[in-house]
Amino acid sequence: MYDVAIVGAGVIGASVARELSRYAIKAVVLEKDSDVAMGSSKANSGLVHAGYDPVPGTLKAKYNMLGRQMFDELASQLDFPFKQNGALVIIKNEADLPALERLMVRGVTNGLRNLRIVRNNELHDLEPNLHSDACAAMLAPSAGITSPYEMVIALCENAAQNGTEFMLDCRVEGVSKEEDHFCIQTTRGIVKARIVVNAAGVHSDEINNMLSAHKMTIVPRRGEYCLLDKSEGAMVKHTIFQLPTKMGKGVLVTPTADGNLLLGPTSHDIDDKDDVSTTKDGLDEVLTQSATLLKHLPTSKIITSFSGLRSWHEEDEFIIEEAPDVPGLVNLCGIDSPGLTAAPAIGLTAAEMVVKRLGAVKKDDFEPNRKGIRPFQSMTAEQRKAAIAENPDYGQIICRCESVSKAEIIAALRSPLGVNSLDAIKRRTRAGMGRCQGGFCWMRLLHIVADECGINLMEVTKSGGQSNVLVNPNKSGFAKHTGGPADEKS
Amino acid sequence: MEITCIACPLGCAIKVTLEGGKVVDIQGATCKRGEEYAKLECLSPKRMVTSTVTLIGSPLRRLPIKTEHPIPKSKVMDVARALLGVEINAPVSIGDIVAENICDTGVNMVATRHALAISTKNEAIN
Amino acid sequence: MKKVDIVIIGGGPAGLAAALGAKDAGIENIIILEREQYLGGILNQCIHNGFGLHVFKEELTGPEYAARYEERVKQAKIPYLLNTMVLDITRDKKVMAVNRDGLLEIKAEAVILAMGCRERPRGAINIPGRRPVGIYAAGTAQKFVNIDGFVPGKEVVVLGSGDIGLIMARRMTFEGAAVKAVVELMPYSGGLKRNIVQCLDDFGIPLKLSHTVTQIKGGERLTGVTIARVDENLKPIPGTEEDISCDTLLLSVGLIPDNELSRNAGIALSNITGGPVVDESLQTSVEGIFACGNTLHVHDLVDFVSAESEQAGKNAAEYVRGKRPRPDGGITLSTKGGVRYAVPASIDPGNVSDKIDIRFRVSNVFKNRYVAVYFDDTRLKRHRRLILTPGEMETLTLTKAEFEKYPDARSITIALEE
Repeated sequence: MYDVAIVGAGVIGASVARELSRYAIKAVVLEKDSDVAMGSSKANSGLVHAGYDPVPGTLKAKYNMLGRQMFDELASQLDFPFKQNGALVIIKNEADLPALERLMVRGVTNGLRNLRIVRNNELHDLEPNLHSDACAAMLAPSAGITSPYEMVIALCENAAQNGTEFMLDCRVEGVSKEEDHFCIQTTRGIVKARIVVNAAGVHSDEINNMLSAHKMTIVPRRGEYCLLDKSEGAMVKHTIFQLPTKMGKGVLVTPTADGNLLLGPTSHDIDDKDDVSTTKDGLDEVLTQSATLLKHLPTSKIITSFSGLRSWHEEDEFIIEEAPDVPGLVNLCGIDSPGLTAAPAIGLTAAEMVVKRLGAVKKDDFEPNRKGIRPFQSMTAEQRKAAIAENPDYGQIICRCESVSKAEIIAALRSPLGVNSLDAIKRRTRAGMGRCQGGFCWMRLLHIVADECGINLMEVTKSGGQSNVLVNPNKSGFAKHTGGPADEKS
Repeated sequence: MEITCIACPLGCAIKVTLEGGKVVDIQGATCKRGEEYAKLECLSPKRMVTSTVTLIGSPLRRLPIKTEHPIPKSKVMDVARALLGVEINAPVSIGDIVAENICDTGVNMVATRHALAISTKNEAIN
Repeated sequence: MKKVDIVIIGGGPAGLAAALGAKDAGIENIIILEREQYLGGILNQCIHNGFGLHVFKEELTGPEYAARYEERVKQAKIPYLLNTMVLDITRDKKVMAVNRDGLLEIKAEAVILAMGCRERPRGAINIPGRRPVGIYAAGTAQKFVNIDGFVPGKEVVVLGSGDIGLIMARRMTFEGAAVKAVVELMPYSGGLKRNIVQCLDDFGIPLKLSHTVTQIKGGERLTGVTIARVDENLKPIPGTEEDISCDTLLLSVGLIPDNELSRNAGIALSNITGGPVVDESLQTSVEGIFACGNTLHVHDLVDFVSAESEQAGKNAAEYVRGKRPRPDGGITLSTKGGVRYAVPASIDPGNVSDKIDIRFRVSNVFKNRYVAVYFDDTRLKRHRRLILTPGEMETLTLTKAEFEKYPDARSITIALEE
């Protein structure tokens, strides 16, 4: 019996897990995919919002502001990328100035002190590649960028270090409330827990609806993106927004924490909660809108496109509460933008709810710090020499685009969550994430995974499940068997 | 018989008329080379076949091979199938025979790469 | 810090030929840095035949061609390091590399860039849809199959009919997979006629010209693609969609010269070729740094890579020995009327010993055209060609005597004329 089961290892579940790992309780995280951060948390803009956008007085405004304040310390404790690059909300028409000023007032009401309007020359000095029609912008210096999946990995690894269990490839198929606990049916068997934290993202309505009479609907709102080569990463320094509309903040242009240039997202409600396709219309929209923000859009430098789903609730508000009719079910639902920014604060609040119900106490030996995998690429020459002298695997470069060494790949395979897919390695080391998108390193990675994990080359997957990269030995398509190995003998 | 000429990028569509196994007319060729190619391609089309076989005891995992000479086009897929399961031990040198008289074509398949032998697996670097 | 006369980045066909060229021209202190565990580069996975007709006057497979150059390099006792990745090159020709033994810092008198090229990935063509496993650049799949002996799937569609796409259609067929179609955006194939006949027609694989992939389907694994005919602006025509089930999509949608190191060194790159802008010596905008092979511009025949690179090696050797002064401007070489690019970008006639080869590509399929060369506004010469295609690199030779006829020329133009 667990004290608490957290459903979903996205940024919300991860934040709750990490906060709860401060306490002497038995916690488990149930994740349907083969790795953490596989839903909305891996495919979003990676923005740490300043907090000028949400309507004052809402939970979105409250948790945005609280979450933002936690980022600097969190990033340094957990060793994930975070950079305060500032945001610019631009207008191209003087007539929009009142709207921009209203946005600034909203920010001030939410508690931001350092917002200001920048005009013509100052604006273009700040961002020389901005579209020449841009005439003014609101500058929000406290906005930042992070790597959302690295953040989730860091939170989860720290929780694991402090005793939280993680069950991957573990999809919740049903939950029932027993007298003093929940009985959760999963693809990996029955899990019993006193408290359930519902952090299931776009699927969080389904978890709620299995238990509560207060039915909920979460709408998957799809956002499509294009990612450009690092050669374009310096195109803008700030995150460049248009004036927000009711469908969201619109397509933006931002450097990423890893130094690429990111364009997107679109915003379209869809029916299928697993449909992370990109569409021709969507990608066209990303490019058309981005082109209005920049002088020149280097579309030939696109290295990949992707889409992610936001969890939108009809009230356009976060749900952070214990279900009124199901004591012990903590719902964290409808966490769309600014959910990534708000996550650390939501995690804190949710953990408090759980702790109060359990009457748990803090552990003495909680380790707040977690070290990520040390990247060869960011080492100085002296550090590189020392690293190679200690471990020659650091001198064997596997991914040429991102200069990722074999030592980093092996460290990822030995990291606390026990992952071994190529995508899991990519999110931890950046191997395969560069301009050639794995063309050079995939075969090398397959060998390292097979050797390190003691499995056959054909068992290595791109992203878990049935996503094996190599399907057959050469010419096995010619083997004359129809019903199985026995036929070959006859 | 219609032949697409491969002698140059023009890719002329050449019409070859055969009677009793002999070429009696060639239409559509723009050059002499094309005519020669079309004639040959009609009477006895031949292809080189290249492939790989499993290599044992080498830092390389596959040994590339080729037919020593072109073989009849009709036998190409037979050769591809015949190589299923063929293994060879290192060391191997370019030109070493890997399969003799493959599929009764009278042509041998030979190695196209040198492959040294290794004693330990550590020498194979990913 | 180790000091050498010439460091060569890359031990593929370009690097090996450049090393031999430099050695022949009398330079002893050379080193080749290669990131793979063997010399020969991409040729080792190109196990098909068709290499060497110009250089060796016989038809070889890729590994055989590579082995001949490797043997020559070993006979010439030219030093090389394997499993060694170059991390950085500076304008003052310091090269930083890494291998399992540690970091390697080399100060060179001259550097020859011979890093080759890479394949354009899916993102570069922005095909919408899911991101399942089963989509590979054709060369990546070639490595799976020819170097490691595994196929990535059983039913294959190839997008792009460049030679790598065509060769892989045949290879996958040989290895027991079913190739459903080769889909080509343009109304013509970028591949050799020989490959269309011998890789597709021989096996009844349809070539869908003026088509493209418009949708990717599947969850974890690729389950199929939608293809559609395109109009004259290369836009898909609604209503012409056709679904093809497949578990593998191979992309042969172009090659990009690998120039991240060059960019970091501040070397000027051409927007058209993606390679460094070079003069008649194949010297880049940074003095003493030369470029050749697919790093300079993408070639279709390795024989031409070898010839060009050997020349780059000789030129670098002369530079090291002070016999090849850096030109002061030179004559600008430009193109028009269907000629997409030409290499080099400028020529100093003083550095042309008896003749110089100019390599160029055209932008479309042209039949019955003249290739004309102008010195300023005067036509020097023209040759009639039955056909020119974008897939085949063209060579044009200018002699010392021709330069001497126009001692005051400021520009040379290569043009196609009716």
